Amino acid sequence: MSTATQPASSLASTASGGSTDGSVHPVARHPLDAHAPDVVRVLRDDGTLDPANDPGLRSDEVLTLYRAMVRARLLDERLVLLQRQGRIGFHIGCLGEEASILGSAFAMRENDWIFPCYREFAAALWRGMPLQRYVDNMFGNTNDPVKGRQMPDHYTWKRGKFGSVSSPIGTQITQAVGFAWAAKIRKEDLTALVYFGDGATSSNEFHNGMNFAGVFKTPVVFFCRNNGWAISVPTERQTASETFAQKGVAYGVPGVRCDGNDLFAVIKVTRDAVARAARGEGPTIIEALTYRLSGHSTSDDPKAYRPEAGVDPWKKLDPIPRLRRYIERTIGWTDAQDKELEAELDAELKAAIAVSEKTALPSLESMFEDVFGELPWHLQEQRDELLRGPRAKGHGH
Amino acid sequence: MPQMNMVQAINDALRHEMRRDQRVVVLGEDVGKVGGVFRVTQGLFDEFGDDRVIDTPLSEGGIIGTAIGMALYGLVPVPEIQFSDFIFPAYDQIVSELAKYRYRSGGEYPAKLVIRTPTGGGIRGGHYHSQSPEAQFIHVAGLKVVCPSNPADAKGLLLASIRDPDPVLFFEPKRIYRAAKGEVPEGDFTVPLGKASVVRKGQNVTIVVWGAMLYEALEAANQAAAQGIDCEVIDLRTLWPLDIETIITSVKKTGRVVVVHEAPKSCGLGGEIVALINEKAFLHLEAPPKRVTGFDTPFPYTLEMEYLPLSHRILPAIIETARY
Repeated sequence: MSTATQPASSLASTASGGSTDGSVHPVARHPLDAHAPDVVRVLRDDGTLDPANDPGLRSDEVLTLYRAMVRARLLDERLVLLQRQGRIGFHIGCLGEEASILGSAFAMRENDWIFPCYREFAAALWRGMPLQRYVDNMFGNTNDPVKGRQMPDHYTWKRGKFGSVSSPIGTQITQAVGFAWAAKIRKEDLTALVYFGDGATSSNEFHNGMNFAGVFKTPVVFFCRNNGWAISVPTERQTASETFAQKGVAYGVPGVRCDGNDLFAVIKVTRDAVARAARGEGPTIIEALTYRLSGHSTSDDPKAYRPEAGVDPWKKLDPIPRLRRYIERTIGWTDAQDKELEAELDAELKAAIAVSEKTALPSLESMFEDVFGELPWHLQEQRDELLRGPRAKGHGH
Repeated sequence: MPQMNMVQAINDALRHEMRRDQRVVVLGEDVGKVGGVFRVTQGLFDEFGDDRVIDTPLSEGGIIGTAIGMALYGLVPVPEIQFSDFIFPAYDQIVSELAKYRYRSGGEYPAKLVIRTPTGGGIRGGHYHSQSPEAQFIHVAGLKVVCPSNPADAKGLLLASIRDPDPVLFFEPKRIYRAAKGEVPEGDFTVPLGKASVVRKGQNVTIVVWGAMLYEALEAANQAAAQGIDCEVIDLRTLWPLDIETIITSVKKTGRVVVVHEAPKSCGLGGEIVALINEKAFLHLEAPPKRVTGFDTPFPYTLEMEYLPLSHRILPAIIETARY
């Protein structure tokens, strides 16, 4: 049971609440669960790879991914500071989940699509969204891909086949299924990967999406980042199931678990799921075991609901130092190179922030655009009323 | 021109557009082999196959969520919700997702689809098969709402809705699915969205109405005529964005207005129409605008004919307004 393509039935055999030694105990949420036998893991503690599941990346690919993971980490840290300084309104990051996000985005083929949840800015950047555009979204300025209409971290990047971020939880799941289904109807070779967290598995849309995808064998990859928390509510309050992957059993969707902090494992299982979809065999649900090292967002202080001691074991499983050990071993990556990389990424970010802060806010008229394809009379009237009327103070217009 | 009822006219529109545009797909519960519980999609499965006329699992949220995904891909889905009363499990997908997609993505992802759904009472359906929830969607920025009252309009408005760049909720008044008959143009025929129809010209009182209640309003107008009151009857056809120009032109002529709808009175579309008339034609009014509507109760089963704003309730409102 250690491969990504194991059948759903084998997962069901572990779903009774019993463990292999016959004792009954809640499984699945301890960090060491990443070492459980049904969890695909490739990157060993000593920085070597398990040859049985090694996805066979070139060293330049690994370095590019390492760089992207470090960049995501740096962005998270700096954007939180910007929010604390009151320069941006909000940030919702991926601290600790970088391997899950970048590994899965990397494993998608060029023609495949990504339907984001909201923590996947690193996937959007991977798909070609310029850093400047992402930072513009943080400031909601006129160059923001969504023209200042949504909160920060609600971006979009259609050119990169990357969807649109919505705040309601799980709504993207059925949409991804419908998208992939349409592609199947049109006989186009593409897969849609949809991201969601463990909390989203409690939503209607998860069940709708899994059910439709199972029935119609749509080429979709359900990528559940089990990061332990839905704001302040722990995994145990989301489900009584032993694992999230096993939820696939009920819908006829094979499930697989992987160490979500292991870049290579994530790539391996995602590639397998994409290949399975491309063969016309339908959807897969991946449960990536990871951990949300920070709060839910900058509006949340996790100290109120979780002891630091619970986080500590996960810090040891932080995906970035783990990958770092691998590149140290394989190409001799050094502390000096890390420092150089961080300085370079920091400079790039600072330059982008400087531009974003100076970029004008969206025009008043733009508030009324894109509600409909054409501006109907009632919006024309309301726009003209706004333009004629007094301006709010301190908002740049 | 052939005579059709509304069911046949809507079926004709779907068939026509599915032949013309390979992107159009129909999906919903029982829309395939059985042709829908009202047989509106009958025969489409046989002609277009199960890739384009899709019987789905029983889940309104799933139907609309997946239809949105299909629309993002580039198909033109026409999902059916079996009764408009059952639309609420899909409400989040409609108001938070479908209505917002173009706006929230800065124009990158315009999601267009047409949700067809039988609506309204008078078929002994109780409150889970009789409601008129149109106002709840009109209140949402980004949606267009349509409600035809006759077979020709049903065909023309549906074809216009399918070709419109925006998401449309297409409410089909099931009470007149088979009762309303008329000539329907063959082949390609559209009725533009946003244009009301002046069904009866008159000088004394303007009646604004849509859907099945049009016939009640016409009946009341005929009875009022016998008492010397000449009513102008406007069928909105597109409920949002509504044709305010036609309404205001009429009210400026008559100075008196009665709005009729099946949905509950409070916060209904009637209230919005009256507010717009007050804003745009207040000095032309000779009497307070009146609303004749359903009540602010759940839709009742046994007493449905007392709940509905039928001609016996419309006529006194006309007389009161005319004699104010």
